[in-house]
Amino acid sequence: MNKTVNQKAWFLILPVLVLVGFSAVIPLMTVVNYSIQDTFGNNVFFPAGLDWFRDTLQSDRMWGSLKRQLFFSGIILAIEVPLGIYVALNMPKKGFWASFCLVVMSLPLLIPWNVVGTIWQIFGRVDIGLFGHTLAAMGVDYNYTQDAVDAWFTLVLMDVWHWTSLVALLAYAGLQSIPDAYYQAAKIDQASRWKVFRYIELPKMQGVLMIAILLRFMDSFMIYTEPFVVTGGGPGSSTNFLSIDLVNVALGQMDLGPAAAYSIMYYLVILLISYVFYTVMTNLDKRDGVK
Amino acid sequence: MAKITLSNLAHSYLPNPTGEDDYALKELNHDWVDGEAYALLGSSGCGKSTLLNIISGLLRPSRGRILFNEQDVTDAPTAERNIAQVFQFPVVYDTMTVRDNLAFPLRNRGADAAYVQQRVQQIGRMIGMEAELDRKARGLTADAKQKISLGRGMVREDVNALLFDEPLTVIDPHMKWELRTQLKELHHEFGHTMIYVTHDQTEALTFADKVVVMYDGRVVQMGTPQELFERPEHTFVGYFIGSPGMNVIGATVKNTSAVISGQEIALGNVFGDPAGKVELGVRPEFVRINEGGEGLPARISRVEDVGRHKIVRLDMGGSNVDAIVAEDATIPADGVSVTFDPAGINIYSDDWRVAPVGEDAA
Amino acid sequence: MSLILEGVSIAVGAETHIYPTDLELKKGTMNVLLGPTSSGKTSLMRLMAGLDVPNTGRILWNGDDVTGMRVQDRKVAMVYQQFINYPSMSVYDNIASPMRLMGQSAAEIDAAVKKTADLMKLTPMLDRKPLELSGGQQQRCALARALVKNAGLVLLDEPLANLDYKLREELRAEIPKIFEESGSIFVYATTEPEEALLLGGNTATLWEGRVTQFGLTPSVYRTPVDATTARVFSDPPMNFLEIKKTGDRVHFGDGQAAPATGSLANLADGTYTAGFRPNHLELERHAGDALEFTAKLNVTEITGSETFVHLSHHGDRWVGLVHGVRDLKIGDQLRVYLDPAHVYVFAEDGPLVAPASYANAA
Repeated sequence: MNKTVNQKAWFLILPVLVLVGFSAVIPLMTVVNYSIQDTFGNNVFFPAGLDWFRDTLQSDRMWGSLKRQLFFSGIILAIEVPLGIYVALNMPKKGFWASFCLVVMSLPLLIPWNVVGTIWQIFGRVDIGLFGHTLAAMGVDYNYTQDAVDAWFTLVLMDVWHWTSLVALLAYAGLQSIPDAYYQAAKIDQASRWKVFRYIELPKMQGVLMIAILLRFMDSFMIYTEPFVVTGGGPGSSTNFLSIDLVNVALGQMDLGPAAAYSIMYYLVILLISYVFYTVMTNLDKRDGVK
Repeated sequence: MAKITLSNLAHSYLPNPTGEDDYALKELNHDWVDGEAYALLGSSGCGKSTLLNIISGLLRPSRGRILFNEQDVTDAPTAERNIAQVFQFPVVYDTMTVRDNLAFPLRNRGADAAYVQQRVQQIGRMIGMEAELDRKARGLTADAKQKISLGRGMVREDVNALLFDEPLTVIDPHMKWELRTQLKELHHEFGHTMIYVTHDQTEALTFADKVVVMYDGRVVQMGTPQELFERPEHTFVGYFIGSPGMNVIGATVKNTSAVISGQEIALGNVFGDPAGKVELGVRPEFVRINEGGEGLPARISRVEDVGRHKIVRLDMGGSNVDAIVAEDATIPADGVSVTFDPAGINIYSDDWRVAPVGEDAA
Repeated sequence: MSLILEGVSIAVGAETHIYPTDLELKKGTMNVLLGPTSSGKTSLMRLMAGLDVPNTGRILWNGDDVTGMRVQDRKVAMVYQQFINYPSMSVYDNIASPMRLMGQSAAEIDAAVKKTADLMKLTPMLDRKPLELSGGQQQRCALARALVKNAGLVLLDEPLANLDYKLREELRAEIPKIFEESGSIFVYATTEPEEALLLGGNTATLWEGRVTQFGLTPSVYRTPVDATTARVFSDPPMNFLEIKKTGDRVHFGDGQAAPATGSLANLADGTYTAGFRPNHLELERHAGDALEFTAKLNVTEITGSETFVHLSHHGDRWVGLVHGVRDLKIGDQLRVYLDPAHVYVFAEDGPLVAPASYANAA
């Protein structure tokens, strides 16, 4: 509304700039440094041009990981977003049970990621895990350490369990901001349940849903800890996602040059996708915004 | 369109109401005549929104029945009552165009596309938004959005009633004029039964054929604006209608005369011998200020120039009396006396009006 | 005490909120900022308070330049449209809070709180929490907090807009009284002409970021400097009509003419715009030389004591406010009368060239 231009504000964000410089920019520059040099040890580097980038782009392993990664993000978005909305729509609007639901649903969000991984790693085991053992007892042939489909199933299920509440909570917040008059008007207009959702709830949730999708996409695209703990990328390389693959290159093989090139491209892809999201969101606002 | 009948209707928000005080809406019998424009007027918390929500079906009354054209709809959901409602804040479907917004209630009822097209065009013209029909509703100004809400209420020709819940709250004073006049013209043109809830007396009086004044969960008077002005049935009506409201002064009344602080004044009508707390009510419009001479002595404490007339605040032996005088009137400086126009005097006993002998029961 | 704005302007991006403005507010005056929504009332207040720093110009307080000074360092109090109180504190603590921040002694605080509470009729509610109070009481609490600070400058931004009609009327009558006792400079923003008139004092009319006129409220009302001011300061809106002056006659169309007397006599021949207020349009010929027009009646609105008539006259929309309740038929051609003494004449580009002669007398 009434914002005044005041250049003094730059001084206030200076400490943040310095901090970000040390924590992000300088390490990132080191990575850039590695990505264009080669070494045979002893801290002697020589320029390698764009060779590492070319190598990485030609690596089938990387492309395989990227495909798996996109597939994974796609699946969990396709499940978590509609499921989250569905849960939010069915949550009590007020009273004791509303608070109860909110608390219960935020529980998975509060668990550290490696703990989530460990929980599911044990939970899914056929010998001692409740889930795995139950399935086995029911005669289902389930073993996530040996079967790729089972491994995927476990990872997706784990992610849905861990993160659907986030989408649900955001959607719930969006729903709560809709005044009662809208629902009353819809009743009077004889709008069907679907139309109420389509023309009232969905438009009002649009903003928070975009944020939810962006957050869930980025998070799932960079997922590392949980699959590392549960499957370690296996069986074979069937759950070898980008981040796991990258760590293998960097720390498993100590190929710092290719790993640096790899991470820079990884970083740029995420930056690009976030930028596209951001542009789409602001354009949506602008298109319908106050003229 | 329909006649709406409220029969022994009462509502309490408590699960087990005991005394009368527990009722947000006290027992009420009333017929809303087909095709008339009504206003429900009262301050916040007087029960007017409760009543409106009962009529629209958003609330089920704790007691009594509500009938549309003699048909019991007490338990019918909102959608089946075939009513339209306009809310305090504009309710529009942001992602739809203005046209789709207007067409929405028709399409939901499966109306024929050609009819929808023609009807929407007609409504668009009436609310003065013909040029903006294909624009998205999001990003329009508050009054444009409220016009869409009005249009959506008006679009169905067969509605039983049109309900308005303080529809001009968010509108600028200058736009209020335009929208109110438009509403009035639309009522004239289509003859829908309209019920308009407001706390603003100007809106209520100018909009409605009949104004229903509510106070503390009870209907205290229903009448034309003129009746409410000239013969307020309750001191609350006198206070609430008119700006400033009616002067209410303690008095003793016997037949054709009243005594106020020792001075006798003629009433022009026969009132008998009213019991209880007796008061004389006179609107500022009927108070005359004289320089000295006859009447009740008073002191001018303040003169407010409101443009088209002046409001004189007087202190009459400890009680405050307001008078309205013409824009160009000169006001005597001091030593004034006050007389009341007998035609504008009403007598109240325990806040309810005492009908003078011989007045017709209307 | 005085507050002077010298060529103060503010723009945000490409949008100018306030064009260069000069204004001088004197000690102990009530100053009303009157204008429609987004005409710049709030922007101007924020500049006065020091919440925003102007792009150009200076702000002087008692002759000292305070242009860049922070709001915390100025003696300013502000009340908003929303009732802003500290919800967890009692009314007493709410009122006391500004004084506590200034580090005054408990005895001083107690005395001041009790006095202000008494003035604002809050004494019985001192121990309650703001949310347990009615809207009117909450706003009184916010007003009390602004008053107790004993700030030299009290800014009220549409403080009554969220209140019920009658409550608004009561507080409106109380505010000038309170202000007379405090001796501070009051600035009061409103969209309603009637509110400005009731508050009295001075009025600055605003239109699209410019102060069009500043002066005593009744004189701004009676002699607006241009058509814009007249439009802003008129509710219902002023009526306009194109007129021609040739020689010693002024032609109003429909064969109606009046002699060009007074300030009209010296006017060059040509086309002008006549403006007149709704309450000056009459249905009977009162003045012998009244102009007669024929206009189509679109809508009538009855307030109980008066009737609004909405007319179309050759494509112009006119509103008339006539005394009494009239039974008129909608759609009829109506004869209306206008005393030439009530006509303002504006040049075609807006400035007033001849005030209505009655205004000089009033």
